[in-house]
Amino acid sequence: MAATGAGVPNSRIVRWIDYRLPFVKFLQHELNEYPTPRNLTYWWNFGSLAGIMLVIMMVSGIVLAMHYTPQSDMAFDSVERIMRDVNYGWLLRYIHMNGASLFFVVVYIHIFRGLYYGSYKYPRELLWMLGVVILLLMMATAFMGYVLPWGQMSYWGATVITNLFSAIPVVGNKIVTLLWGGYTVSNPTLNRFFSLHYLLPFVIVGVVMLHILALHTHGSNNPLGIDHKGPGDSIPFHPYYTAKDAFGLAVFLLVYAIVVFYAPNFLGDPANYIPANPLQTPDDIVPEWYFLPFYAILRSVPNKLLGVIMLFSSILILFILPWLDTSPVRSAKFRPIYKKIFWLLVISVLVLGYCGAHPPEGWYVIVGRIATFYYFLHFLILLPLIGKLERPRPLPLSIGAAVLDNRQPAAAE
Amino acid sequence: MAQGAQSQVTPANAHAVEGETRRDFLMLTAGALGAIGAISTIWPFVDSLNPAKDTLALSTTEFDMAPIQVGQRLTIAWRGKPVFIAHRTAAEIKEAETVDISTLRDPQKDSDRVKKAEWLVIVGVCTHLGCIPLGQKQGDPRGPYGGWFCPCHGSIYDTSGRRRDGPAPLNLEVPPYQFTSATAVKIG
Repeated sequence: MAATGAGVPNSRIVRWIDYRLPFVKFLQHELNEYPTPRNLTYWWNFGSLAGIMLVIMMVSGIVLAMHYTPQSDMAFDSVERIMRDVNYGWLLRYIHMNGASLFFVVVYIHIFRGLYYGSYKYPRELLWMLGVVILLLMMATAFMGYVLPWGQMSYWGATVITNLFSAIPVVGNKIVTLLWGGYTVSNPTLNRFFSLHYLLPFVIVGVVMLHILALHTHGSNNPLGIDHKGPGDSIPFHPYYTAKDAFGLAVFLLVYAIVVFYAPNFLGDPANYIPANPLQTPDDIVPEWYFLPFYAILRSVPNKLLGVIMLFSSILILFILPWLDTSPVRSAKFRPIYKKIFWLLVISVLVLGYCGAHPPEGWYVIVGRIATFYYFLHFLILLPLIGKLERPRPLPLSIGAAVLDNRQPAAAE
Repeated sequence: MAQGAQSQVTPANAHAVEGETRRDFLMLTAGALGAIGAISTIWPFVDSLNPAKDTLALSTTEFDMAPIQVGQRLTIAWRGKPVFIAHRTAAEIKEAETVDISTLRDPQKDSDRVKKAEWLVIVGVCTHLGCIPLGQKQGDPRGPYGGWFCPCHGSIYDTSGRRRDGPAPLNLEVPPYQFTSATAVKIG
């Protein structure tokens, strides 16, 4: 009975287990015969890449934790010991350190793909919101991980970010003291950050499972953004998308390896190779590149509390995105106006990133403010309005029909 | 199914079979490359758990034994493990040399275990399950052969550190060492 699909392992042992715990049947269903839209492009590789990055980060992180000492007097030296004395320690650390950056590259592409193709719309709102939860957890994990080497940037980054909470009226300072476990960022702070940095990835794994469960309930969105209507619209996940994902993974790992072996410190800040000094702030504090757009939003606002609120809002706004976008059409392919403002959003985020990397003086402030303004304008005003005003182009009848139509001229040649 | 198809090989479908072997070849070479890649990726992770360079740098210990009196035993640390240095008395040496080694579980002549008969240098870790045998201090139980006695499971060693009784399978290990002068040794 378990042996309905082709290629189901059907030994007596598998049947015995599946009758009691349908594990093989589950994997078979979700990873093998799982019907997937036949028109997915390489933009759909980034979900599985993000999953693989999570595994790489956890494996390298667990091994690094075996050599690392979360004690403020010893943390910096223990990282240097990993770099110099531990066998392949340099490799493990560079994999982990640059892995964080590449994880964010992959996740940001994954998010912008979702924005472009309307993957957050009915019936995938919870899928999208779980994704935003994962993003927030990733940001917290990455921030606390960056503190662990206890260099100057670690220390002052931790000081600045935890001080964001001091903007909260009345209890702000009490909360910051609570976060620190002292009156400055100090050994208790490092200890708890290490504990949480180790814990949160496992929480992420849990949310990722919910994310995949929600995904598999209605299946992947696709470049046309139309629902899957019949068997002609989909193909089994295996071997079609396992092969496509594997090829994408190979290309991605090549890029990853080039960064790890040839430019391991390109994305890092050299000031973090100076041990933490609580009595001297570095000349220029910048967060890691993946936080720069948010950092620029914070600095664009001349009011402390308002800046912090805008910073958090810029991410939290994504939670209500499915309701801000009033258009029933998912894919930007069929939304002429949205397609344009999507690219404006991409540009505004890149500009914010650029401004975040530079000292808040002169033009950087003005340009940063314009980009911040556009970011919020996009989500709060343009999306709800355009959904109502825009006239979408006609949608194809089905995924299968659209794919076969595209194929016709090619076949004629 | 595949076997059934193969049993019906005729010149007419020989081409298909040739395609199959080519696919098999590609699968095998791709699989082999993948396996090599996987192993060479896993190796740095495993090797990182081996002793690091700073740990290996601690692997020799130099010690001057001149202050140790005849009959006295002293423990020093080498790679974090206790090394027993015994300045043996003439009676202890005689006792160690006259044992009929065919009666031992791990037969070894005393002369194979020392560089100079009066100095015995052995790793003080019981070969049963790693406890430190007693016998270094005055008043410690030394067992019936005047050597060492392991309190954990009752292994008994003689004045050459050889296993004489109890569950230990082997004699106490002799570490690699050299005399750097008449009384100074470099262990490791």
